[in-house]
Amino acid sequence: MTDLSTDVAAQELLVPPPEPGAAPAEGPWDWIRRNLLRGPLDAVITLFALLIVGLVLYKLVGFVFFTGRWEIVKVNLAQFMVGRYPRDELWRIVLVLAAASLFGGLVAGYVRKRQLFAGTATTGAPIWAQVLRPLARLWPLVVGVVLLLLLSSSPGPWLTVAIILVTAVAGRLAGPYLPDWAPRALVVIGVALAAFAVWFLTRAAGWDSWGGMMLNVALAIAGISLSFPLGVLLALGRRSKLPFVRVVSVMYIEFFRGVPLYVLLLMSALTLGFFIPPSMDAPGLVVRAVIVFTLFTAAYIAEIVRGGLQSLPSGQTEAAVALGLSTLRVTKEIVLPQALRNVIPAMVGQFISLFKDTTLAGAAMGFFELFQISDAVRAQDAFKGQGLYAETASFAMLLFWIGSITMSRESQRLERKLGVGTR
Amino acid sequence: MTDDGAVQPTPRAGAARQSGGSSRDPRQPIVPTRPPLWRDVRVIGWFAQLVVAVVVVLVVAWLWRNLQTNTRRQNIRINFNYLDQPAGFPIPSNSQFRQTQPVKDALIEAFQNTLRLAGAGLVLATILGIVLGIARLSQNFLVRTASRVYVEFVRNVPLVMLLTLMYIAVVLQLFPAPAKTWDLGPFAIVNVRGFSTSWFTSRPLVLVACLAIVLLVGFVASRLLNRYVDAGGNRTVRTPLLILVVVATAVVAWFAFGVDVTTPARQGLRVQGGITMTPEYFAGLVALVVYTSSHIAEIVRGSIQAVNRGQREAGEALALSGVQRMRFVILPQAMRIAIPAVGNQYLNLVKNSSLAAAISYAEITHITRLSVANRSPAIPSFVLLLGIYLVLSLAIATVMNFYNRRLAIVER
Repeated sequence: MTDLSTDVAAQELLVPPPEPGAAPAEGPWDWIRRNLLRGPLDAVITLFALLIVGLVLYKLVGFVFFTGRWEIVKVNLAQFMVGRYPRDELWRIVLVLAAASLFGGLVAGYVRKRQLFAGTATTGAPIWAQVLRPLARLWPLVVGVVLLLLLSSSPGPWLTVAIILVTAVAGRLAGPYLPDWAPRALVVIGVALAAFAVWFLTRAAGWDSWGGMMLNVALAIAGISLSFPLGVLLALGRRSKLPFVRVVSVMYIEFFRGVPLYVLLLMSALTLGFFIPPSMDAPGLVVRAVIVFTLFTAAYIAEIVRGGLQSLPSGQTEAAVALGLSTLRVTKEIVLPQALRNVIPAMVGQFISLFKDTTLAGAAMGFFELFQISDAVRAQDAFKGQGLYAETASFAMLLFWIGSITMSRESQRLERKLGVGTR
Repeated sequence: MTDDGAVQPTPRAGAARQSGGSSRDPRQPIVPTRPPLWRDVRVIGWFAQLVVAVVVVLVVAWLWRNLQTNTRRQNIRINFNYLDQPAGFPIPSNSQFRQTQPVKDALIEAFQNTLRLAGAGLVLATILGIVLGIARLSQNFLVRTASRVYVEFVRNVPLVMLLTLMYIAVVLQLFPAPAKTWDLGPFAIVNVRGFSTSWFTSRPLVLVACLAIVLLVGFVASRLLNRYVDAGGNRTVRTPLLILVVVATAVVAWFAFGVDVTTPARQGLRVQGGITMTPEYFAGLVALVVYTSSHIAEIVRGSIQAVNRGQREAGEALALSGVQRMRFVILPQAMRIAIPAVGNQYLNLVKNSSLAAAISYAEITHITRLSVANRSPAIPSFVLLLGIYLVLSLAIATVMNFYNRRLAIVER
């Protein structure tokens, strides 16, 4: 045997491996080689993609900054946001938004305290990072708010944004000092706040005269929160051992999943009156839309919750039964808390799609939510017969996009935090 | 033997009940006694079912009674006789439809339109979705980013707005007037009246038969060639030979069946020949394809990423090329993951085709709404409409389930 140190092959082996992190710094040219020009075919693809992207960007920049005529959006900004809600009563909306942001801040602060207590929070970041990081994370929302402020021609929006920021920060700072029984109280306060907000806002104008983005948000929130209990019951019913309960749940779920929402909305607009006794007043269009959204979304929530129930190891139920808990208590205290926690991200996804689907209510029933507003403002005297649909529709779509993308990014973050599928 | 004795009711049940506490004979099995009625699981179960049944029956009965009262007050009959009444409204896309034809005919025509839209949408959305999904994982920065921006934008806006934007702002405003038609010869002639392109003149059945024969021959040929390669044959000729066989079959079938195409051509302000999509159909198709493809792209991307990375590395270790790795290792496994979700998207696409009613495309929802506005009774019309969508959904779900079962892993 030769000595290792004289063996050429072995000497090569003895060369220490490059330290991780000590890789030679990548220059811009290396980056281009790796990401754009891997080979001749890649170069052709890059060229082709460059052509298309360039064309789209050219048209887009031209439309946004030069050819687009945005006066129609500027003039009708309030229409887009709140529709025909009385202008003297807008302070009610601001107050509700402030209360909601205070509530959100309190929850965030309390969660932070719990995370610190449990040791799962990241600590030690400087204060500017703590402020900037959420802003960077929520960049679509930030861009949207800045855009709205730039388009606005009155101090109202600035004041609103300032109030919301102040209350949110105040809530976040006060949150950690909440006592330990806060969660239950917060749930009660949240429900009470929602009920109060509806009462408070409808005092100025009934919801049949709400409009704009406010109506879309209200419809989506009402739809998801009303359909949630029904959806959970249906999911439990579908998994039940009782044959009749199961058959009824399956029929309900499969019916509503098999028909288009738009047809249901049209149907409720045209035929709901037949199913109500003549002595009762037929509900208004907004209420009809909420009824349809609730019934329809419940079927989808049921399927989501069923997924959560199925993801639960059967050992959980068996252990609870072995402890002598009744079926009701097993469901309430063992099964549902774990199953529902697992399906929060999917539930946010359902909320996003409901938020987008609120436009269908406008299309089917003709009340003035964001989509219908974007069509209707074109008929104003100042803008009649000039087209301009590209402007109004792309502005409305941008608002929808900001709402949806913000929620979907946050839910992805939540998914990572909850560790769904990795536990 | 004593093990199962514990759960078997025995004649000595009463004795076990008396022997509680420490005085119980340990050799005596514990025998469960019948619990009182209100704690018996089976009784509770039946009672719960009874309660649900009563509630369901009461709700349905209430709705039914209201329906009866209301229809009687308004003197409406709930039946399907209206289907044979004259329609009384024109179908915009079909100038041959006369208003004296029965409602039935209008609905059949509209149903065909729904199938035209949904069918073409399914094919195009699948192709575009797969391309975009793979592009999202491309090593090329530009391709990856562009497809990501596309997907993230389209997925997060309402479909009905895409539809109307496509219709009002693109087709009706950007497409040129008939005098300034964009003429791309046999590929496309575009103006505000529609989008014309070449198409087959043969009957659909002939085309389907033709396609089926080509696919069948291709399938058999690939089987035979695989067997030839497995037996030690020359593997470089496999793919060229297969392509040759398929192309030759296609050419033979083309002439044997007398398949012919018609190409569009401008004649003054009109377009002759070819197949012309109405502006509504074109806008609806493009918006549906754009929207659904973005959802399919996410599914494809997720499925490819969900394939265990060990599989990819094993493919590399076997010195498979990038295309081979995709074709033989990654995609077959990704398909299995993707199929149920893609099936859901197909269902969504068919249901979403109802939104084309918002841009007045003459599909089944729009025509139902028109006929209700023209004195067809609302309730039977909508019941029929719901039934049609349910049957369509059921058909797609059945096909996808069948396909899914064929792909599923056969577990031991």
